[in-house]
Amino acid sequence: MDRMETICIMCPMGCSLTVESDGGNISVKGNTCLRGKVYGENEFTSPKRVVTSLVRLEEGGVVSVKTNGLIPKSMIGDILRTIKDVRVKKPVHIGDIIIKDVLNTGVDVVATSVRE
Amino acid sequence: MYNYDVIVIGGGSAGMSAALEARKNGAEKVAILERDSRLGGILNQCIHNGFGLHYFKEELTGPEYANKFVKLVDESDIDVYLDTLVTSMTKDKKIVAVNPVDGVMNMTAKAVVLAMGCRERTAGAIAMPGSRPAGIYTAGMAQRLANIDGYLVGKKVVILGSGDIGLIMARRMTFEGAKVLAVLELMPYSSGLKRNIVQCLEDYNIPLYYSHTVTRAKGKNRLEGIYYAPVDENRRPILEQEKYIECDTLLLSVGLIPANDMALALGVETDPVTGSMAVDERRETSIEGIFASGNVLHVHDLVDNVSEESAIAGKYAGEYSKGVRENGRPYSVKASSGVRYALPQKVYSGEGKVKIFFRVGNIYKNAKLVVKSGENVIFTKKYMILSPGEMEYVLLDKSSLSGDVSIALEV
Amino acid sequence: MYDVIIIGGGVVGASALREAVSYGMKALLLEADDDVATGTSRANSGIIHAGYDAKPNSLKAKFNVRGNALCYELAGELGIDAKRIGSLVVSTKEGLKGLEDLEKRGKENGVDVKIIRREEILRIEKNVADDIEYALYAKDGGIISPYKFTIALADNAVINGGEVILESKVVKIDNNGGKFTVYTENGKSYETKIVVNSAGGHANDINAMLGDEIYDTEFRRGDYFVLDTKEAKNISTVLFPLPDERGKGVLVAPTVDGNVIYGPTSIKVESIEDTGVTGEGLDIIRASVTKSYKCPNYRNVIRVYAGVRSIVGGDFVIKWSDKVDNYFILAGICSPGLTSAPAIGEYVAKEIADRLGKKEKKKLIPNKRAKHFASMSVDELNELVKEDPRWCKIVCRCEKVSEKEIVEAINSPVKATSVDAVKRRARAGMGRCGGGFCAPDVMEIIARELDIPLTAVKKGGKNSNIAVSYVKEDGIDV
Repeated sequence: MDRMETICIMCPMGCSLTVESDGGNISVKGNTCLRGKVYGENEFTSPKRVVTSLVRLEEGGVVSVKTNGLIPKSMIGDILRTIKDVRVKKPVHIGDIIIKDVLNTGVDVVATSVRE
Repeated sequence: MYNYDVIVIGGGSAGMSAALEARKNGAEKVAILERDSRLGGILNQCIHNGFGLHYFKEELTGPEYANKFVKLVDESDIDVYLDTLVTSMTKDKKIVAVNPVDGVMNMTAKAVVLAMGCRERTAGAIAMPGSRPAGIYTAGMAQRLANIDGYLVGKKVVILGSGDIGLIMARRMTFEGAKVLAVLELMPYSSGLKRNIVQCLEDYNIPLYYSHTVTRAKGKNRLEGIYYAPVDENRRPILEQEKYIECDTLLLSVGLIPANDMALALGVETDPVTGSMAVDERRETSIEGIFASGNVLHVHDLVDNVSEESAIAGKYAGEYSKGVRENGRPYSVKASSGVRYALPQKVYSGEGKVKIFFRVGNIYKNAKLVVKSGENVIFTKKYMILSPGEMEYVLLDKSSLSGDVSIALEV
Repeated sequence: MYDVIIIGGGVVGASALREAVSYGMKALLLEADDDVATGTSRANSGIIHAGYDAKPNSLKAKFNVRGNALCYELAGELGIDAKRIGSLVVSTKEGLKGLEDLEKRGKENGVDVKIIRREEILRIEKNVADDIEYALYAKDGGIISPYKFTIALADNAVINGGEVILESKVVKIDNNGGKFTVYTENGKSYETKIVVNSAGGHANDINAMLGDEIYDTEFRRGDYFVLDTKEAKNISTVLFPLPDERGKGVLVAPTVDGNVIYGPTSIKVESIEDTGVTGEGLDIIRASVTKSYKCPNYRNVIRVYAGVRSIVGGDFVIKWSDKVDNYFILAGICSPGLTSAPAIGEYVAKEIADRLGKKEKKKLIPNKRAKHFASMSVDELNELVKEDPRWCKIVCRCEKVSEKEIVEAINSPVKATSVDAVKRRARAGMGRCGGGFCAPDVMEIIARELDIPLTAVKKGGKNSNIAVSYVKEDGIDV
């Protein structure tokens, strides 16, 4: 991809950014501050996200989970599909590791609610 | 048996903060009355993150944020009544509450904090035309069924309203196996956070149509699709341009309404813009000893502000229960000229600082906020952007107060 | 072999069933949907008409007047409310002649009506429009819940020996000379001596099955606004404008449960199923309401709904078929159909009883009046909670409905198996949050009581499951 359009989320201005690359250099247009430039560059080269979702309980029902760190945006789908088949037994506490080092990201999927 | 110094109605983020603070500030017997079977309120079903960035300097999910307060309440000697609904209340703080264990309880309090949160505007309340089949729900109901119970309410989803709940549910439904076909927004801008526009819609290529609305729903027992159209400058649908989307689910995120019906029935003074109680800087309503905080007072964007506001209400409710009364000189706070409302609606002379929250009625760029007290300008600030979806605040020195306060925009 | 099969579980069919049972007949009601009162009987104004409006000597007049008395008489033993709040038809000075015509008609029909002037009107109804000078006051006008009425009639029939089978759409009827065989969609069949067609908007479908006449039927839709109970203090009677050629006009009225309604419209539609509210319909109501009522408040609207009624010519069709022996036809039961229903049921059952040679009417066991948390005393509640704590576990916070009431509603004589069916009986979900908070809890209770998975719980009607699947059952397309 050599061109991306997005909205900067660094402050309520919400500047519309256009980020382009000619192979070597990345240029950010539309930002009104330095934070926006950095955000645009990062979003272009390696956008990251925290994933929040649910894991099904063996006994029925679900517990909410999150990745306890940022993972590459491109891996969101694979992580969700990995979580899909996991079943967890009660009790579950906040912080319990549900999947360690999910898909080699170095990040764990942890529980964020209590289920007793 | 049921006589308390402070009773807090609602055990969500507002109620828990208020109760904890009341306990620390003079109230010995404090009770929380919560209608659900656990504390936490709406946070329990807000499994996305973005909570606590200000209050805890950490980014937490809703349940994690709530849990921090639940632990503190559990460790305290605050009485918690679960599955408990307040059925009536009088001006002199006699509360009738009911639960399956205690039956009907007649409770008294020296001070009350109202922390009941809010409810969602429904399809009926916006008089949405068309049929009324299964498949049309508020976003919050779909959120409850997915995040607490683990069920999807449909597979092909259209969302009406681009406030944060609508945006969050767009991503939730997508993550759990549904296809979100579009988000329709009546206004030409979204009241949701930019971050949610990017991370809930853009990330998943979900189209957002500004200045559009649903014109009618189709489907006998189950939704089959919705008709939608662009709207004119009066926000009325341009029916000649009506289109149809086949879908089995329509989620409504069309506004939150403070659940203040019981309080209003007591005859408290209200703010005509928020439609809810008018309060002073201690969050006391016009009825002595009855305080309010959180979404029941005005709908917040950040739970961090709810906790901060509720701590104020709880502190002063606790002090009130010990006979401490405010004795500063009162000044009214009025919003005008672009500022839609300001809260609290009354501040007092004295020492220290006071925070006044406000919302603007439209998007303003390069606007100057001017705060006057009497004839004197006591605070100004230039904003690159102000929008209705972001609650703002000003921090004022009480020593600068000498007359009624006005908050206005100079564009 | 049944004495009578009644096809259609609206208010008329339920009334006929109950009356048939009172003659000791073996009686069955077949209803296509998953609850009674899901058609015209579900969505109308809920008015007990006094009877001045109907043309004298018409069936409408005869059954309205008799039905009016019966509605109030039966309410107690059915365990429901019928409130005799009075009705006003209001007009400006210019409308006096129209009111006098109505008064004349009313007196001919034997109805207690009188014309009153503004001063007296204001004592009864303080919020009439400022230019209202005269009104026709009928003290016997009132209100009733149309679906609770239907349900109570059906429940009462069942506890007294009648049968109601839901989800039994009739698809074929064989006429074998001395008896009929009625076939339903789910492959069952029932034999009977007499068939009663009370299928409402589908009356022609049943006639067609027996080769009977197809009526030229007009369908008209009535849209309504429902207002929050906070508006109840603003209206005391049923408030009508002067009627016109399309009908009685847009009224303002309280409901028995404490809400207020504005409506209906009278908009021609293609079929009985066209129950979608339209923006145009709501605009008509907004424009018309101010003719009679000075303080409509749309900020307190909590719901809009619409119902469709069938119109066949200028009067009710209530008769034995000309073509098919032992087949009784009811069609075109539009306004004042709700009021007339107990009288129509009474008449139909008597006709059948005469034909079958049944003379004695037995006294029926009355319905047990359902208990509601919201109307019980503290002492009563504290006693009941010891027996069953669910009396004090409030599920619907807006209307203060307890879990126990919901369980009782589900286990009514005519079982309530959907969220809407529970809503109609226990009121859970009828408050200002529209069920947003309590519907998931009601679903859980239904699932538990009926021992079905949550995904099988319906809103109401075929394919109306609310939870369509577990999360993550489908592919995640991200």
